[in-house]
Amino acid sequence: MHSDARAPLALRLAAFGGLIFLLAPIALIFVYAFTTEETSYQWPPPGLTTKWLAVTVGRPDVWQALGLSLKVAAISTTIALVLGTLAAAAVSRSRFFGRETISLLVILPIALPGIITGISLRSAFSLLEIPFSTWTIVLGHATFCIVIVYNNAVARFRRTSGALIDAAMDLGADGLQTFTLVILPNIGTALLAGGMLAFALSFDEVIVTTFTAGQQTTLPIWMLEELVRPRQRPVTNVVAMAVVLVTFLPILAAYYLTRDGEHTAGAEK
Amino acid sequence: MTQAAPLSATARDPAPAIFAPRGGLLPRLIDWILRHPRMFVFLMVLPITLWLGIVYVGSLIALLIQSFFSIDEFSGLVVREFTLKTYGELLRPYNFDIILRTVLMASSVTVASAILAFPIAYFAARYARGRWKAVFYLGIMLPLWSSYLVKVYAWKLVLAKEGILTWLFAKLHLTWLLEAVLAVPVIGGNSLSVSYLGTFIVFTYIWLPYMILPVQASLERVPATLIEAAADLGATPRQNFRLVILPLALPGVVAGSIFTFSLTLGDYIIPQIIGSSRLFIGQAVYTQQGTAGNIPLAAAFTVVPIVIMGIYLWSARRMGAFDAL
Repeated sequence: MHSDARAPLALRLAAFGGLIFLLAPIALIFVYAFTTEETSYQWPPPGLTTKWLAVTVGRPDVWQALGLSLKVAAISTTIALVLGTLAAAAVSRSRFFGRETISLLVILPIALPGIITGISLRSAFSLLEIPFSTWTIVLGHATFCIVIVYNNAVARFRRTSGALIDAAMDLGADGLQTFTLVILPNIGTALLAGGMLAFALSFDEVIVTTFTAGQQTTLPIWMLEELVRPRQRPVTNVVAMAVVLVTFLPILAAYYLTRDGEHTAGAEK
Repeated sequence: MTQAAPLSATARDPAPAIFAPRGGLLPRLIDWILRHPRMFVFLMVLPITLWLGIVYVGSLIALLIQSFFSIDEFSGLVVREFTLKTYGELLRPYNFDIILRTVLMASSVTVASAILAFPIAYFAARYARGRWKAVFYLGIMLPLWSSYLVKVYAWKLVLAKEGILTWLFAKLHLTWLLEAVLAVPVIGGNSLSVSYLGTFIVFTYIWLPYMILPVQASLERVPATLIEAAADLGATPRQNFRLVILPLALPGVVAGSIFTFSLTLGDYIIPQIIGSSRLFIGQAVYTQQGTAGNIPLAAAFTVVPIVIMGIYLWSARRMGAFDAL
């Protein structure tokens, strides 16, 4: 659907108004990171300072939380990449008994509210007497990261022609060669995009994490504690800005990667 | 002798040029798997089935079983006997109000995001081109993928009594309007950040991108020629919208509403940070399993969104919403 006509004024106003509604609150974070006001959310800020940047950099608790978040996100993304790609390949390449069940199973962790995933894992841990650790967090995160990788991979597998794989095998490539030389280059960018989005999702997750973390603090949990009981507002402002900047880069990268992927080999068929 | 060896090898293997012998255990294994498609599929699906089946579905079932247990009122310990008593407790006025409040909030958030999302999606699908297409794409993706807590935090800044919104209303000489809205019983409050209205605004903001994307996807599949044909046949823009575009975009709206509805049902962080002290389902689950230590009641509470979403997904599927995801 595309029209060369000019959009009606009311539509343009509503669309751009909506865009401003979406972006303005995020822009506000950048101003608050430099405010001199320490005890309230006063607007307009009484003055601007870069003092809090240095203070935040020197805070060990922020660094520890960041480290744990990165570790969990890296492990969960790796697990999700392997499981998600395998399932996507199977579902898009062949029809088999239980195929519908698999696609439903994958969607379930995001179709049901996160709190359900959280509390069921929590009660399972207490029933099985599993102590909280980095791995209990990973267990929860990987479960909902799978679907992100899976969706990206399924979309790409559908566009990649199956004839390519047959051709490679006919021309004498063994299974490993077919995988590394034909399949991987074709789905590579989709996996990279899916992996980055899964990473961002895990890095940001808080609902499931509150149930599976025990006493450990990931960066979102640190933020949540500050939100519920604000103690160091200026530091929170700076952390919030840093998080926006960090998430912005993967989104840009994923955008360019998936855009180029429109021209997949064999997709013309 | 040097010539005889390859000859005898050829005699045993009739077509060496085509079936080149492959060294190494891994390539052989992969080849074997590829020649047995059923085995191949089985091996590919096995890990995810094990993971989701054991970790996810397993704990989900364990939770559901616990909702049929009850708690001993004197000792506070869980009694492991089948009973429907815990579900009966959900119908107590205090608990039932929580469910009603949450469903009402989820419905209004869904309706509001559909109304806000439509013009954005429609413009992005039909009119945006080149640079503007990229602006709209990133303008939707950035808030979608930005940190959830940072977005909530941003709204705490916006809605605070000393924050930018109050300031904006004052600058526009509309303070009376803001005060009038806050004075409305139930949805109003001391300031926007401690009112239902505030909770509603933040929910709508946070889940809006989840509505825009499927609506945009379904609008992009509407052929422009179809709209032109309707116009040629005498449909006014209003009729065209109501009779051609809207029905074709409806599966997208339903798909988006699955997200907005489900995510609002289960969220317990937004109402805890921005809103009045009255609980939503998510908060009830959290307090019941945490401080109250009443796992059976918490489990029974989680069954409510599962059942609601089950009905919702089932009817959405009948409307063909899954093709628009």
